[in-house]
Amino acid sequence: MTLPKWADVVLIPLINLLLALFVSGLVVLMIGEDPINAMKIMVNGAVGSTYGWGYTLFYATNFIFTGLAVAVAFHARLFNIGGEGQAQLGALGVALVCLALPWPHWTLALPFAILGGAVFGAAWAAIPAYLQARRGSHIVITTIMFNFIASALLVYLLVSALKAPGMAPESARFPEGTFLPNARDVFGMIGVKFARSPLNVSFLLGLVACFLVWLLLWRTRLGYEIRAYGHSEPAAIYAGISPFRITMITMLISGALAGLMAVNAVQGEAQRLLQDNVLGAGFVGIAVALMGRSHPVGVLIAAVLFGALYQGGAELEFETSVPREMVLVIQALVILFTGALDNMVRGPVTGAFLRFGRRPGATTKAAE
Amino acid sequence: MSVDTQKGRPDAAAPAAHPAIELKGISKAFGPVQANKDIAIRVMPGTIHGIIGENGAGKSTLMSILYGFYKADAGEIFIAGQKTAIPDSQAAIAAGIGMVFQHFKLVENFTVLENVVLGAEDGARLTPSLSKARKLLTELAAEYELHVDPDALIQDLGVGMQQRVEILKALYRQADILILDEPTGVLTPAEADHLFRILEGLRREGKTIILITHKLREIMEVTDTVSVMRRGEMTATVKTAETSPEELAELMVGRKVLLQVDKAPAKPREMVLNVENLKVVGEKGVERVKGISLSVKAGEILGIAGVAGNGQSELLEVLGGIRNGTGRITLNGEEIDLTGQNSDARTRRARGIAHVPEDRHRQGLILDFHAWENVGFGYHHDAKYNSGWLMDNEALRRDTEAKIKKFDVRPPNAWQTAKNFSGGNQQKIVIARELEQNPDLLLVGQPTRGVDIGAIEFIHQQIVALRDAGKAVLLVSVELDEIMSLSDRIAVMFDGKIMGERLPAETSERELGLLMAGITDTTRDVPVEEIEANLARKDGATP
Repeated sequence: MTLPKWADVVLIPLINLLLALFVSGLVVLMIGEDPINAMKIMVNGAVGSTYGWGYTLFYATNFIFTGLAVAVAFHARLFNIGGEGQAQLGALGVALVCLALPWPHWTLALPFAILGGAVFGAAWAAIPAYLQARRGSHIVITTIMFNFIASALLVYLLVSALKAPGMAPESARFPEGTFLPNARDVFGMIGVKFARSPLNVSFLLGLVACFLVWLLLWRTRLGYEIRAYGHSEPAAIYAGISPFRITMITMLISGALAGLMAVNAVQGEAQRLLQDNVLGAGFVGIAVALMGRSHPVGVLIAAVLFGALYQGGAELEFETSVPREMVLVIQALVILFTGALDNMVRGPVTGAFLRFGRRPGATTKAAE
Repeated sequence: MSVDTQKGRPDAAAPAAHPAIELKGISKAFGPVQANKDIAIRVMPGTIHGIIGENGAGKSTLMSILYGFYKADAGEIFIAGQKTAIPDSQAAIAAGIGMVFQHFKLVENFTVLENVVLGAEDGARLTPSLSKARKLLTELAAEYELHVDPDALIQDLGVGMQQRVEILKALYRQADILILDEPTGVLTPAEADHLFRILEGLRREGKTIILITHKLREIMEVTDTVSVMRRGEMTATVKTAETSPEELAELMVGRKVLLQVDKAPAKPREMVLNVENLKVVGEKGVERVKGISLSVKAGEILGIAGVAGNGQSELLEVLGGIRNGTGRITLNGEEIDLTGQNSDARTRRARGIAHVPEDRHRQGLILDFHAWENVGFGYHHDAKYNSGWLMDNEALRRDTEAKIKKFDVRPPNAWQTAKNFSGGNQQKIVIARELEQNPDLLLVGQPTRGVDIGAIEFIHQQIVALRDAGKAVLLVSVELDEIMSLSDRIAVMFDGKIMGERLPAETSERELGLLMAGITDTTRDVPVEEIEANLARKDGATP
């Protein structure tokens, strides 16, 4: 039995989200805070001002890239949970590009930084991909192990070759010619006041990435093959689709998308390479892809939602005794409800549709 | 209870006042699909009662209700006149119902004896149950020709023998009513005949047997009464002696059906496919095709008969570019690379080989794709489905509309997901896709497996039409009827080898059945034990 598409992509995630928020409310209640008040603070903190929006969309940009990375791999039934490590390597790629030349203008630096982030992220995904495609080593295991290797590699580089003078294990600051215009500058040019925030042009890059991923998956032969392979490997082989080729290409694209996150986080905000440039965004990407049903539009919406959660959670910690970790709890609950407990909601909703949405004739025709 | 007490019931075979099973007003719905609608049936004791119907007619649902797997939405079950509730299979067994499933439920690495006793042990100690079962098995073997070595491991037995273990399991649990679901699907004709002899023996002892099948011939041969199901309803119950296959087919489908394929004699022309000494190594390093040679000419259908699992699937897959092999294969005189180095399924298609795979769910379709996405499957690189960098989905959908119309796919909806079509209509989508490529060679495996009778007729016509258009067709099927009626030549495969080639007009089901069991001397009288031993040896040969 199938639901109408809108119910599948809008209604069910919405119900899942509300359930997750409800249970979160209970947790807040247990801490001894007023859940309604907490909710108000979070919403207001996330979208109540240009400052809030700035941070919300900044976080969302990170999540768009890592969410798309997971989503693309999902379509080939590959569970890439190495977004964290691939984004760390992407950060290295972006940093190397930014530090390589005294860039005269950001418009020149940006394309090369994109290339650097994408190539490094893809390269980091290529190794687990090859091991999966040729040796059958499970990609979940290898990608998560590569997260640790990536993190160790960055620490090593930041205390040796890339270390800037000073105490902190971080690179030198990028040249000014690499700084990306932020939302305040851009809105200022058209005379709109926008508070200072890390939101920068990378957000637009994220939107372009969403469109390109949609185009890839549903309008190109490669995307068709990726989806076919994801649904059935024997059928793919029957159709002359090479599992090796699809596994490699899909993971390269996935890794590149994760790596692009660094354009926002490293070039856009930190403007130097840090020990941890990703801050868990690689894992949030899994929740975003799950909730967004691996569709670019869904990923975009889920990413903004998680961005708001992050920003709202920060405000919550600031104004109440609710710890910032509450955001992690909510995030975990969202994953639990959208991923693991999806059928709990799907069953009753489908039943309700059958009972109330049943038009005589329509269903019997479909059954034939 | 032992056999003695069963036999000790004097009135068991005599006409009883009560039916062995009576169902009244059974209904069961899955979502919007009404699988069973107000079913009423009376099965008299000591009879073989056939239930026939197309796939999805509701036969299996009805039997699952009777065996306690599903709970009916409405209706009552009477066993020997007593109203009985059957909430689970334990209750069904307690009510004296035994079930032999299409897919056997046996523990592969247990012995026959252990399997028979499993779940029906008398106490914590196994030995008393085992020796009791051993005694019973010996008695049953003598009585009903149910010979099985009690100490053999299931994995070393052929399917015919495994099926017998299932029957023994039911009898050990004192079943008076035996339900068999499509029991002959995996048997050679001789084994099927032997099964029917067993069933007749059981009937003589007063057992009641329900035989579920889609094969009209079996119904006509062994049943006393037959009930026909269509679209969840019981459309008729008739005495087998008073009906005909044509009438039953009409009752099943709801219209007149041609049971025989209408075709003119073949006019074979030049050689299209030539296979020499083909060898294929399958999973676990076992050689599945052991050096076969065959050829197919333009304008003819070569049928490959055989029990499933004798290398036919591997043969099709090598030709279709899915597997690698060794040997020499030429298509229109040009050699085909078998190493997989520079050829795959895509290059095969480009050279004019179309492939309707044996398993449309696993290979032929992406079940979660729309119909129109499936119509381009495998041919998605073709220029007609593309414009530059992007796929031309509009062109693909237009093409799908045309194919849906031509092949009468129902519902005619290009946007419907493949899994939501019936088996027959799914197969029509695959057939339409492959045949409309106008291939030089069509590989077709099990073209009508799980397909309703109405669609079978249509699919057969399409295959014959392709032959008449001067194309070569290689047909693999485990249905002997289908092989006999479609093929212009028949090759029989057993254990990865071709046992012989016959012309349909000059052979018989019996002869083909013996070849299928690897017995080439078909003139002598072969006991069924030898056939089984042969088939088991083949199966057991896998290391």
